[in-house]
Amino acid sequence: MKKLFIILSIAALLYACSGGGDNQNTSGSDSQTGDLFKEGKPDAEDEAKGIGKFTDVEISPTLDVKMAETGKGIYDLKCNACHKLTKEKLVGPGWSGVTTRRKVEWILNFTTNPDEMLNKDPAAQALLEECLVRMPNQGLSDDDARHVYEFMRQNDGVK
Amino acid sequence: MKKKMIYVSMLALSVSALLYSCKPKGPSQAVTGDAAAKTYVAPGKYDAFYDFVSGGFSGQMAVYGLPSGRLLRVIPVFSVDPEKGYGYSDETKPMLNTSHGFVPWGDLHHIALSQTDGLHDGRWVFGNENNTPRIGRVDLKTFRTAEIIEIPNSGGNHSSPFITENSEYVVAGTRFSIPMDNTNGDVPINTYKKNFRGTVSFISVAPEDGRMKIAFQILLPGVNFDLARAGKGKSHGWFFFSCYNSERANTLLEVNASQRDKDFVMAVNWKKAEEYLKAGKGEKRSVAYAHNVYNESTHSATSTIEKEVTVLDPKDCPDMVYFMPCPKSPHGCDTDPTGEYIVGSGKLAAMIPVFSFTKIQAAITAKNFDGEYEGIPVLKYDAVLHGEVKKPGLGPLHTEFDADGNAYTSFFVSSEVVKWRLSDLQVVDRVPTYYSIGHLSVPGGPTKKPWGKYMIAYNKITKDRYLPTGPELAQSAQLYDISGEKMKLILDFPTIGEPHYAEAIPAELLTKNSTKFYRIEENKHPYVSMGEKEAKVERKGNEVHVNMTCIRSHFVPDNIEGVKMGDVVYFHVTNLEQDWDIPHGFAVKGANNAELLIMPGETQTLVWKPDRTGVFPFYCTDFCSALHQEMQGYIRVSVAGSSVPITFSTGTNQPKETE
Repeated sequence: MKKLFIILSIAALLYACSGGGDNQNTSGSDSQTGDLFKEGKPDAEDEAKGIGKFTDVEISPTLDVKMAETGKGIYDLKCNACHKLTKEKLVGPGWSGVTTRRKVEWILNFTTNPDEMLNKDPAAQALLEECLVRMPNQGLSDDDARHVYEFMRQNDGVK
Repeated sequence: MKKKMIYVSMLALSVSALLYSCKPKGPSQAVTGDAAAKTYVAPGKYDAFYDFVSGGFSGQMAVYGLPSGRLLRVIPVFSVDPEKGYGYSDETKPMLNTSHGFVPWGDLHHIALSQTDGLHDGRWVFGNENNTPRIGRVDLKTFRTAEIIEIPNSGGNHSSPFITENSEYVVAGTRFSIPMDNTNGDVPINTYKKNFRGTVSFISVAPEDGRMKIAFQILLPGVNFDLARAGKGKSHGWFFFSCYNSERANTLLEVNASQRDKDFVMAVNWKKAEEYLKAGKGEKRSVAYAHNVYNESTHSATSTIEKEVTVLDPKDCPDMVYFMPCPKSPHGCDTDPTGEYIVGSGKLAAMIPVFSFTKIQAAITAKNFDGEYEGIPVLKYDAVLHGEVKKPGLGPLHTEFDADGNAYTSFFVSSEVVKWRLSDLQVVDRVPTYYSIGHLSVPGGPTKKPWGKYMIAYNKITKDRYLPTGPELAQSAQLYDISGEKMKLILDFPTIGEPHYAEAIPAELLTKNSTKFYRIEENKHPYVSMGEKEAKVERKGNEVHVNMTCIRSHFVPDNIEGVKMGDVVYFHVTNLEQDWDIPHGFAVKGANNAELLIMPGETQTLVWKPDRTGVFPFYCTDFCSALHQEMQGYIRVSVAGSSVPITFSTGTNQPKETE
C-alpha cells in the first residue's frame, strides 16, 4: 500500500512537471462546466462580433440573389434540420430577423467556428443554455457561410 | 523546476531501491521499479505508437497505444461486428462475401504495414485470413476495412500477408496443400502425394489506391507453407517462405510431419517470376474467388467473383524457386534490416540457423545443390549458412530486429525472448515471458530502419497473470523496454481474441491523415437524403424504402405508416452531421439484424422484415446530445392487404389526428 502511494505521488508529480500546453479541445462535447457560462442575452440586439476570423465584413445594402440561392441549397442540406425560417424555435432558434439581431461577423464566426464560440462567446452560451443542444460544426467553408448569410438576409426581406 | 526534477529523480531512485529490497513474489519479480513511469500516459496525452495487433480467432484487428497498452479501436475485418453494423448493414455485407457465399467469421493472424523504400509509409495495414483464405486491406485514414480479396488454390492462408519493400506485393502461401481448384477434388485423402499441391500467391498493390490484384501464383509441391518475409535492400526482389511437412503427410502430422531432420526455407526470385509472366509462361486457370471493395463515395461495398488466375510452374520457369534445408519444422523466417540475413526458426530445434543472402547467390551461381525436391533445386545447407546461434533456448519461433544489429527471438517452449547479435551470433540477454510466447514485435522491426525502443511479446497462455474470469482467460501482450543493454518488462496488457503478429508505427505518421468525417456533399449513395427535404418513404412493390436523415437529435421522418405484413423495409439512414466524433446509431425493435452506426456524412442501410402487426419504436443508440433520449420514432405495421396509405412526418402529425 505504501509503495502504491509513493508511485501514485510520483505519477502526480510527473504530471505536474509535464505542464499545460497542448491540451486537446473537447469539441463537440455536451459537457461544459457551469462556471464557464457568463451572462449573455439570447434575443436582444447585440453589437458583439463573436470569436473567429471574421472581424470586419463589408456587406452591400442590396441583395446578391445568386449568392442567396447558393445559400439556400446549403441551408437545405446542412441547416434546416434544426432552424426554421420563421421565428419558431425547432432545435435551434428560427432565423427570421437574425440578420438584424446579430452582427454579420458574429453570424459568420458562429457558423464557421461553433465550438470555440460555444466555449467562450457569452451570446452563444446563452443560446446553448436555452436550446441545450450544441450547434454542430457542419463544416461550412468561409464562402458557404457567406452564402448562407445572404440567404438569411433574403429571408429577412433584403432586396 | 530543476530542483523539482532532482527531487523527483531522487524519489524515483529511492522507490526503485525500495522495490528491489522487497522480496519478489511470483511473476511480478520481473518488473523494474521505473516501469510505471515508462508506461504512464497521462489523461489527455497521446501514446507514441499505434500498435496493430491481430485478433486471431476474433477475425478482427485491434489497435493499442504504446507504451500505455490502452485499447484504441477494434477494426472489424473478417468477422461481423454488430456494434458497428459491419457485416449487418446492406452496404458492408458484400465485404464478407466469398466463393462460398457470406462467411461471417475469420481467423486473422498476421499484420503487414505498407512500406515505401523499406520504411513504414502509414497508408494501409494488411491482415490475412487463415481459414477461408483471404487478405484484407485497412485504410489508415479511416481505420476501416477497404478491401478483401479471396485466394483461390489455397487451403488456409497462413503464410501471409507479408509485404515487399515498396508494397509491390503482399503474399499468400497456403498452409494446407489441397487438390487444385480446377481439378476434380473428390479424391481419396491418402492420394495426398499424387494429388495435393501447394501454392504461393503474389498479390499486387496499386501504388495510387492500394487496390489488390492476384498477379500470379506459383505451383509448388504439397508441403505446408508457414511464414514468409520479403527480402530488402540487397535482397529486394526475393521472397522467403518457411515450409514444414516436407514428408507430405496427410494424417497425424504431429508425428508424421516431424520425421525429417530438415524441412525448407523456400527462396523465390519474384523479379524473375515477373519476367516469366511477361514472357507468357503463366497458365491461366479457371477458378472462382471474391474480390470485395468498399467505395467511400457511395459508402457501399461491391463484391465481384473473379474467374481466372495465372499460375507459374517452376518446371517451366528455371531459376525462380530454390529450397534451403532448415532444421526441424521451420516456423519463423525473418529478414534483417540490411536484407543480408534470413533467420529460420525450427520450432523443434535448439538452435537458430541464419542464412546469408550473399552466400545464397553464390551457391546458386556455383550450382552448389544438394539434389532436388520434387523438381526444385535444393541448395546445400552449409553453402548458404551464415552460422547457427547455439543453444539459445527451446523452440524458437519468430525473430525481430533493432537498428543496432541485434535480433530478438521468441521461444515458445522455454517461454522467453532471447537477444542475440547478428554479427557473431552470440546471445547477449534473455528475459522470461508469461507465458508461452508466440510472436513478438519491435516497432519497425520488419523494415530497413527499426524504430526500436520497445519489444512486445504476444503470449498464448496467461494463467495467473490477471484476475480469473472462469475457464476462459484473457490473452495478453507484454511490453519490454529494449532501449538499454538489458530487456526490461514494463507492462502487461490483455488483448482481444488471440494475438499473433503485430506491427507498431509512430503515431505522428498516422494522426495527421486521420479522417474526421465524410463530406456530405460528396456522398453518392443511391439512397442518400441530401438534407431533410429529401427524406421520404416510397413503396416499390413489397419493398418500402425509407430515406431517413439524422442530426442532433431527431430523425426525419420519425412517424411512418403504411407498412404491411410481407413488406421488406429498407431504412437508408443518412447522418447529416459534419463534425468529428458524432455518429448516430439506429435500431428498430425485433430486427433480426444489428444496429447501424452511421458516421457523419455517411448513409447506411438496415433491412427489417416485420414479423407482426403493431407499432414499433426505433431510436438512436449512440448518445449524441442532451436530447439523445428524445431521438426516437415509430413505424406502424398493418395487416397484409390493409388500405393504410404510406405517410411519414416529423414534428406535425401526418395523417392529421382523429378521435
